[in-house]
Amino acid sequence: MNLEAIRNDFPILKTQCAGRDIVYFDNAATTQKPLPVLEAVFDYSTHRNGNPHRGAHPFAIAASEAYDGSKETVRRFLHAKSTREIIYTRNTTESLNLVARSWAETHLGPGDKILITIAEHHSDLVTWQRAARKTGAVLDYIYVDRETGRFLPEDLAKIDDPAVKLLAFAEVSNVLGVRFDPKPLIARAHAHGAVVVLDGAQSAPHRPVDVQDLDCDFFAFSGHKMCALGGIGVLYGKEALLEDMEPFLLGGDMIDTVGEQETSFAELPAKFEAGTQYVEGAVSLEAAIRYVEAVGWDAIRSQEEKLVRRTLEGLRQIPHIRLIGPSDPAEKEGLVAFNVDDVHPHDVAQILSAEGICIRTGHHCAEPLHRYLGVGASCRASFYFYNTEEEVDYFLEKLKGVRPMMGYDD
Amino acid sequence: MELQQLYTDLILEYNRDRTNKRKIENPTLSEHGHNASCGDDITLEVKMDGDVIADIAYTGSGCAISQASTAMMAELLKGRTVDEALRLVHLFLDMIRGKATDEAQLEELEAAVSLKDISQLPVRVKCAVLGWHTLEIMLDKLEAMKAEKK
Repeated sequence: MNLEAIRNDFPILKTQCAGRDIVYFDNAATTQKPLPVLEAVFDYSTHRNGNPHRGAHPFAIAASEAYDGSKETVRRFLHAKSTREIIYTRNTTESLNLVARSWAETHLGPGDKILITIAEHHSDLVTWQRAARKTGAVLDYIYVDRETGRFLPEDLAKIDDPAVKLLAFAEVSNVLGVRFDPKPLIARAHAHGAVVVLDGAQSAPHRPVDVQDLDCDFFAFSGHKMCALGGIGVLYGKEALLEDMEPFLLGGDMIDTVGEQETSFAELPAKFEAGTQYVEGAVSLEAAIRYVEAVGWDAIRSQEEKLVRRTLEGLRQIPHIRLIGPSDPAEKEGLVAFNVDDVHPHDVAQILSAEGICIRTGHHCAEPLHRYLGVGASCRASFYFYNTEEEVDYFLEKLKGVRPMMGYDD
Repeated sequence: MELQQLYTDLILEYNRDRTNKRKIENPTLSEHGHNASCGDDITLEVKMDGDVIADIAYTGSGCAISQASTAMMAELLKGRTVDEALRLVHLFLDMIRGKATDEAQLEELEAAVSLKDISQLPVRVKCAVLGWHTLEIMLDKLEAMKAEKK
């Protein structure tokens, strides 16, 4: 991997801050966009912009081709059977809401259980709270070991309860950094016919996905966390399940025939894509997938491993650092959450920001997890393939200055 | 804004000050305040002696700005009447919003006047006002209770 060439594709990384190139370590929140992605969108908007699936003029046709063409790229990316199984949404959150509204709310009832984990992002948690409340189903949790971040074995047995009709979890926790191998859990839930929703927001940008091999029923991810523009996300769903679901939003493009009182709906995937679609986003997602695949999964993996290893080794040398989740680099997928003793995460982030380092602070949309771990809030550094070891060293150096800045002697 | 302007010695000192970071026995009112996005989370307690704030204390966690600001507020408002405290709370909130700028008037806020420049740092405004905003809610409740009694 030619890191310098890759970084040249991201002009934003050359932003000057505190007398150097800015250090962007907030990739789990959103990644930066490379020139080929921006150029693809510019090219579409300059030469081909139209409203897809409507009209007969050249732009309407070009827009349809751009939109439908990107779907085929996403299908290939996810290894789905058919583009009928690929629904465009705004982001992972909307994808999960779609499943909650259009599947859970109509397929669950009293006596049923929704099983999620304590490590979930709010988008994969609040959604199920409402689905449970509306249907009378019970929402239950798999808890994690506070040291290793791994699911508690005794809690995994909850999956085997035949009352569990839906299992939802993130493949990679956005706080612990742990990856939960989804395949065995999916098989276990399928043994009694439960539906499994996989939140791929933190995994799809970093490793190949094969929804057929995983055999998951739904898979959600966001484009903006993997170099695409903001506002385009994906929901993969097995065709039979999607066929059996009510539309999520109603309006143009998702209908077949509309009468004054009754409407029949369009075929998949249009049934779930109401209104004029975000073609620019779709174009950006296709370009982003091509870009990430050209960098290569092995190269991405090895670079992120290097960065995580160096970060964890460095953090060990700094006094008063408390890691969240496991400390073994082999157990971390591209992100490290931590706290500095006696210094609130917000202050840590402010001090690092003044040195040109971008990290995330707060609950990272995982308040129940923080409460369970007994942590008020935390700092998080998250990487992508364009980050360098030099950036990690600079970050570690500046992190050492945080406590002295706040008036502590060591 | 330079870091040293934000984290002044005075703010760092109040951040670590524990004088009023404690629980009050049998408080008259207790109110929880938090900033969901950053994890600042405090519980403010007051003990009233008639119309006077006999004691005011807080517990919880938050960034240096929210903690220092709350500590400064507790120090300033202990022993004040509800009306007086409300007036000072509004003066502080106006200062942070950039609406009150008269320096002589702002001197009334004592140590808390040092947070004036936070108005230039929008992301930290909610940290600076957390304790004051929480107290405003409590004082409004006290006023309402008083009105009911009448």
